[in-house]
Amino acid sequence: MSAVLDVSKLMTSFPAGKKRVPVLADVTFSLAAGRCLALVGESGSGKSMTALSILRLVPRPGQIDAGSVTLSGRDLLTLPVPEMRSVRGREIAMIFQEPMTSLNPVVSVGEQVVEAIVLHEKVSKQAARERSVELFRRVGIPDPGARVHSFPHQLSGGLKQRVMIAMALALRPRVLLADEPTTALDVTVQAQILELLRELQAESETAILLITHDFGVVNQLADDIAVMYAGRIVESGSRTAILESPSHPYTRGLLAALPGRARAGERLQEIPGRMPAPADVPVGCPFAPRCPEAIADCGAWTARLTKLDKREVACLRREEAGGAS
Amino acid sequence: MTKVAVLLAAPGLFEQAAFGNAIVLGVLALAAVAGFYCAKNEIWRQALGEVFRRRKLSVLVLGIYVLLALADSISWVGGGEAGADAVQAHEARSLVDRWFEGTTEKSYSAPLGVAEFYDKTPLQRPRAHLLGTNILGQDVLYMTVKGARVALLIGGLTSLIAIPLALFFGLVAGYFGGRIDDIVFFVMSTLASMPGILLLIALIMVLGQSTFSVCMALGVTSWVSFCRLARGETMKLRELDYVAAARALGASHAAILWRHILPNLLHLVVISFVLLFSSLVLAEATLSWLGIGVRGSWGNMIAQAKDELSRDPIIWWNVTAAGVAVFVLLLCVNRIGDALRDVLDPRTLGEGR
Repeated sequence: MSAVLDVSKLMTSFPAGKKRVPVLADVTFSLAAGRCLALVGESGSGKSMTALSILRLVPRPGQIDAGSVTLSGRDLLTLPVPEMRSVRGREIAMIFQEPMTSLNPVVSVGEQVVEAIVLHEKVSKQAARERSVELFRRVGIPDPGARVHSFPHQLSGGLKQRVMIAMALALRPRVLLADEPTTALDVTVQAQILELLRELQAESETAILLITHDFGVVNQLADDIAVMYAGRIVESGSRTAILESPSHPYTRGLLAALPGRARAGERLQEIPGRMPAPADVPVGCPFAPRCPEAIADCGAWTARLTKLDKREVACLRREEAGGAS
Repeated sequence: MTKVAVLLAAPGLFEQAAFGNAIVLGVLALAAVAGFYCAKNEIWRQALGEVFRRRKLSVLVLGIYVLLALADSISWVGGGEAGADAVQAHEARSLVDRWFEGTTEKSYSAPLGVAEFYDKTPLQRPRAHLLGTNILGQDVLYMTVKGARVALLIGGLTSLIAIPLALFFGLVAGYFGGRIDDIVFFVMSTLASMPGILLLIALIMVLGQSTFSVCMALGVTSWVSFCRLARGETMKLRELDYVAAARALGASHAAILWRHILPNLLHLVVISFVLLFSSLVLAEATLSWLGIGVRGSWGNMIAQAKDELSRDPIIWWNVTAAGVAVFVLLLCVNRIGDALRDVLDPRTLGEGR
């Protein structure tokens, strides 16, 4: 299985005073066609920043310092701006968290899809309009012929997210970055949208990078999981491997904190402390201060991912255990 | 043939006539484009329909002003009354000029008067001057009607200079920020810190005293406030999710500005236009009072009242006619602007009404 998207040692930083504070450190993963990789982590762990870095849309004054993002053999980070622009939308599309505010309020939703199409393809407006009706039908919007003339405020959140998906899929991108696509929706709509994404993925072999903090969503859609903590990937592997036998102490803590795993009447488990701000990430293993298994050496150990049976883990204790056995 | 020869021989007159007629064509074309756009766009159609429902009278009165101004802009040479002097026969005269053909008396006469105000000689046309005549014996109603064209021209032309200028710099400064923003903001602050009237007088002195130069001067001094507004709004819109979404879809900066930011600023443009329009008409009156305004404006009529109001018995009809004309125009424009602001406010946009 060859990777469509290869992210390697990606470093992104923001300036703070005279120093630059990294928000992503050595993020490395790859995504194969037709697969779905879930980036999981708390708020501020760098999930969305990873997606924005892939598209080279890191908000100023942040910048990408090092690493490579390879899409089918081309390094996106060194691509000239106009070519990068034609990659966005056409080869890598993104769905945002807030369907409520991600559509232009004064343009009809059909026109917005048309715009996305004519931005990248030399087709007539009429042809693009027909295609947008077809797309609306494909993403399950009822009465697509009439709905294309609606304005965003006339649609529900779920319909708006479907429009966003239609827009993202308009040019059959190879990679879809879905940044919390269901967070702003209620649970039944959430399930429908996830179902839709799964169908579309099966149809078109699109690779999905799913960004979420919701393990329920992960469970429904993802093939693989990468867990992020403080701008680093701390564990990655197949969904079953990670969900059934988490290895990194942070992943274990996260999964133990799920309400579904608690017994009735018992207090939910939690990870003590909070995730450090990018400027306060400690030297050594970033999770060490909160880690129940930390030893003195953790504070001096440079975190790196090492292979451990079906997964990669960045943990000194596992590395020692793996090496010993 | 002779007519063409006359037109060619007198380029000044030809230009004068062509300018007025070009304005009519321009206004009608603009109205057609705007009407077509509004009819196509649901939001604008609803909004304008709502404004019309709420402000029927104001819209009607404004329509009358516009029609009078247009009638005064359609002009051609010839076709005058027999007995008109040679100069008049070769002058381009508008529809309004022709309606009031030959109504000139010798001097002041009271509204609907039968005799001259001072020497009591009988008027040529007794009881025909609804608003009396002025110092030159011109019908005041005629002058007032002619003032509508000047007022709308000043307000409209100046807004057409100032608003695109302000919008362009506001958009660019707000969207790109950084060094560009610094430069634009520096220019704005510099202009804003100069006394407006002094700058106006200086500019008109440099440009020469004509309708266009007054419009230019007013335009240069009045774009700052809207520019600041557009800049601030753009800075806000730039951060919105749909702009981020458009960038993620591969839209260029120009496309984002044109398709996503500008349409969301349009309600501000409309409201600013209305507010700017009324302040400009007033500003021109001030300039006329200082003696550097546009000929034939209401400001000029008001300026004449400096002397007229100190006479005994006072000449009140000249200043009253101009004052009421300005007042009614600005009242209508402001009431329409007020309704537009309510209707186009993004917070209430699209809510069921």
